Amino acid sequence: MGKTVKYKLNGIEREAEEGRLVIEAAKDAGIEIPHYCYHKALGNPGNCRMCIVEVAGAPKPQVSCRTSVREGLDVKTDSDLVKRAQASALELHLVNHPLDCPVCDQSGECGLQDYYMKIGQYQSAVREDKEHKGKRIVAGPHVMLDQERCVLCTRCTRFVDNVTKTHELGIFGMGHSEKIEVTPGMTLDNAYSGNVVDICPVGALTDRDFRYKVRVWYLDKTDSVCPGCARGCSISVHTNTARPWHNDGKRVARLKPRYNPDVNGHWICDDGRYGFGNLDTDRLGKVLRLKPQKAEMTWFDMSKDISAMLTESSGAISVVASGMLSNEDWAAYKALFVDTLKVSGHYFSAEPDQLGEEDALLRRKEKVPNLKGAEALGLKSGSFDDLAADLEAGKIKTLFVIERDLSEVWGDRAASLLAKARTTILQGPNKYSLGDDFTYRLPATAYVEEDGHFTNFEGKLGAYKKALAPIGDARPDWAIFALLQKALAAKAVAA
Amino acid sequence: MTKILTVHFDDPKLHELETYRRLGGYEALKKALGMERKALQEEVVKSNLRGLGGAGFPVGFKWSTVPPEDKVPGPRYVVVNCDESEPGCYKDRVLVTRAPHQLLEGLLIASYVIGAKDSFIFIRGEYQNQYDILEKAVAEAEKAGLLGDVRIHLMRGAGAYISGLDTALLETMEGKKAWPRQPPPFPTVAGLMGKPTVVNNVETLSMLPFIVREGGEAFAKIGCAKNGGTVLFSVSGHVEKEGVYEVPMGTKLRDVLALAGGVKGGKKLKCVIPGGTSMPPLLEKDLDICLDFDAIRAAGTFLGAGGMIVLDETVDAVEVAHNIERFLAHESCGQCTPCREGSNWSERILERILEGKGQAGDTENLARVGENITGKVICALGDTVGMVTRAYITKFPDDFKKRVPNHG
Repeated sequence: MGKTVKYKLNGIEREAEEGRLVIEAAKDAGIEIPHYCYHKALGNPGNCRMCIVEVAGAPKPQVSCRTSVREGLDVKTDSDLVKRAQASALELHLVNHPLDCPVCDQSGECGLQDYYMKIGQYQSAVREDKEHKGKRIVAGPHVMLDQERCVLCTRCTRFVDNVTKTHELGIFGMGHSEKIEVTPGMTLDNAYSGNVVDICPVGALTDRDFRYKVRVWYLDKTDSVCPGCARGCSISVHTNTARPWHNDGKRVARLKPRYNPDVNGHWICDDGRYGFGNLDTDRLGKVLRLKPQKAEMTWFDMSKDISAMLTESSGAISVVASGMLSNEDWAAYKALFVDTLKVSGHYFSAEPDQLGEEDALLRRKEKVPNLKGAEALGLKSGSFDDLAADLEAGKIKTLFVIERDLSEVWGDRAASLLAKARTTILQGPNKYSLGDDFTYRLPATAYVEEDGHFTNFEGKLGAYKKALAPIGDARPDWAIFALLQKALAAKAVAA
Repeated sequence: MTKILTVHFDDPKLHELETYRRLGGYEALKKALGMERKALQEEVVKSNLRGLGGAGFPVGFKWSTVPPEDKVPGPRYVVVNCDESEPGCYKDRVLVTRAPHQLLEGLLIASYVIGAKDSFIFIRGEYQNQYDILEKAVAEAEKAGLLGDVRIHLMRGAGAYISGLDTALLETMEGKKAWPRQPPPFPTVAGLMGKPTVVNNVETLSMLPFIVREGGEAFAKIGCAKNGGTVLFSVSGHVEKEGVYEVPMGTKLRDVLALAGGVKGGKKLKCVIPGGTSMPPLLEKDLDICLDFDAIRAAGTFLGAGGMIVLDETVDAVEVAHNIERFLAHESCGQCTPCREGSNWSERILERILEGKGQAGDTENLARVGENITGKVICALGDTVGMVTRAYITKFPDDFKKRVPNHG
């Protein structure tokens, strides 16, 4: 921290760190200065000229994204001169902007719309035709580019130049015919490409995944944590329940990064951003016994059945789990399987099936969010090869599988290995490929349907909130473990 | 009239090293190398030499803002701005063509003062002949051992007008898009490749041999208050004798016009654009204005780079304004919005007016848009976009009235 100095903002004396940009200091003081090009993580080129302020003693208006707080600085963000300058900068941004808001995905969260409502001059003075540029350019697998809507703030090019250092986007041409284009010979397909949609202040870069799906003002937003890898990026889950006939009936419309300086900064990766496709497919909603005959059960009956079976197979129980469990889940897991049932075979390591690409920016190798939570409770994972050997040798009577697809673990061998155990239980939100081969199937909530915490690979805690109602009878994993524990205790008393 | 740069221009072989040396060339460099760098810089301060590329910034002061080597070690550079692109300006072309060694000598003096071991001449891409001349001159000087431990590098522009602006020029040299930087930091602190860099115009540097030879005071005496020495005007347009004229700073506009033989064909003067197309024009009544950076500024326009365009009574101000706006819109680098959008919008409004489709309110709108651009942009090009339209609207209301109904 630099030294704290006194300065004046709109006539009111305030304190700020010396050298802090006026645009940031004003934000701290609750005043949002309009801006397009400035972005905390991408620098301050000062090209949009929207954040103009009046600085006492300066010969002309200054841009607040390039003016630093110093002792005695006297800056105005609300004078007539500032208002006029901002309105005129906005007017110039709109000279060639197509007014296609009715068909633009950005509508409702667009910098041009927002500032137009706030500081616009409403009456257009433009009598000239709009300039035409490319409108439907596929920039990459996730992103569409509309050059006409672009205000050339250069946030996206600075992102690909400075953050991902992949340079897929550039500014081509000169003057008013200048446009953002995909660099010849490239496509915008880096692992973080979706972020350019977030940072685009207008509708020039839109999400192909989200395109024309649902109007943003119908979306509910819930703070959450991305379960895609051990980073546990802070995200916001945008859900569409107000108009279920939109978004092809899917409840989650999109995931957006949520600024968290300690974990992910402003960004998330594309794997996380677009990795919610299975949230509404193959979901479990009923408590079922599948063998010998398929039958629906109540949670109570199930808990009696399974607790009896667990007691009976004591000493020959193994549990397969994954880092998808929350800290709350892991605590209940430990109480049930370790403290009560004294199970020694726990298998939840990311190897072999939950590993993937990693990089220096955000992505971690372990593609589950909460292995640290298990580690913190002293749980240790055995190897899946050993578990396979034990199953082959007939040592395991009951196999409890929580939120994991065994065919991903063992491939073609999975079905035959599963058949070696006498009783098998699948607990989780999804059916996975072997979902019909288990003895019992217990529906658990997905992370968007419960409150919980993940501990990321650095030991940082991330809280996620319930964004949606559970499907059918699904309960959080910890609640299912608690139910079983209660049944076991009742059984013990009865015995 | 006293001349400094063009004294020997009658000699057809001045561009050759032998001739230049015979006329006393490179003696100033020899003298400079025997002097303290600090003392040389003080001479330049005393000389009141101003940046003749258009900004008129005091050269001695600019040099003094280069951080000393003990504070900021490492390389520092001198860059010659020979990206002469302002319509109406061609004095750098003439200087390089006729007296390349005068420039090199000035550059070497500056490099010595600044402590630059690598110096650059950035030359407009279209100046192929001048590039060849400079290349030859540098080779001659090198062969004669005049460069000492300084390497002179020639770099060619790719045709962008904006590259003539110092910070855009530095971006271009670094291989980037010619988008002006926004000081601070100024180039003297962080310029080429982030190193302290002095960017000076051809004409400015060409003045140095005289200042070293005759002393700063002698140079200052030639000009007027705070504007030392002489200045070159590239006179073109409706005059009898177009050409480059060297006059002392502070010479009256009337006298420069007289040098060029007055308005062609005895016609009446409409206006004089004093410093290149982006400067507001001066009228008949302004003929007694002294041409130096400060006096001309007080008259609401700029000396610029001395690209003087004389226009006679037959010229239509709307056409002139449109022509200039078209140029500025074409050359706007596109970095900041007001200039990028405003220049093109202004051009299109003017185009519509020229097509006879002017509407009530057009002139007021043009003036308003102009006002919204000037002073709210990153660089000087943007400033001129608004300045030009407003100047022509205010100075030639009759021309606009003819074309726009209800022009106020």
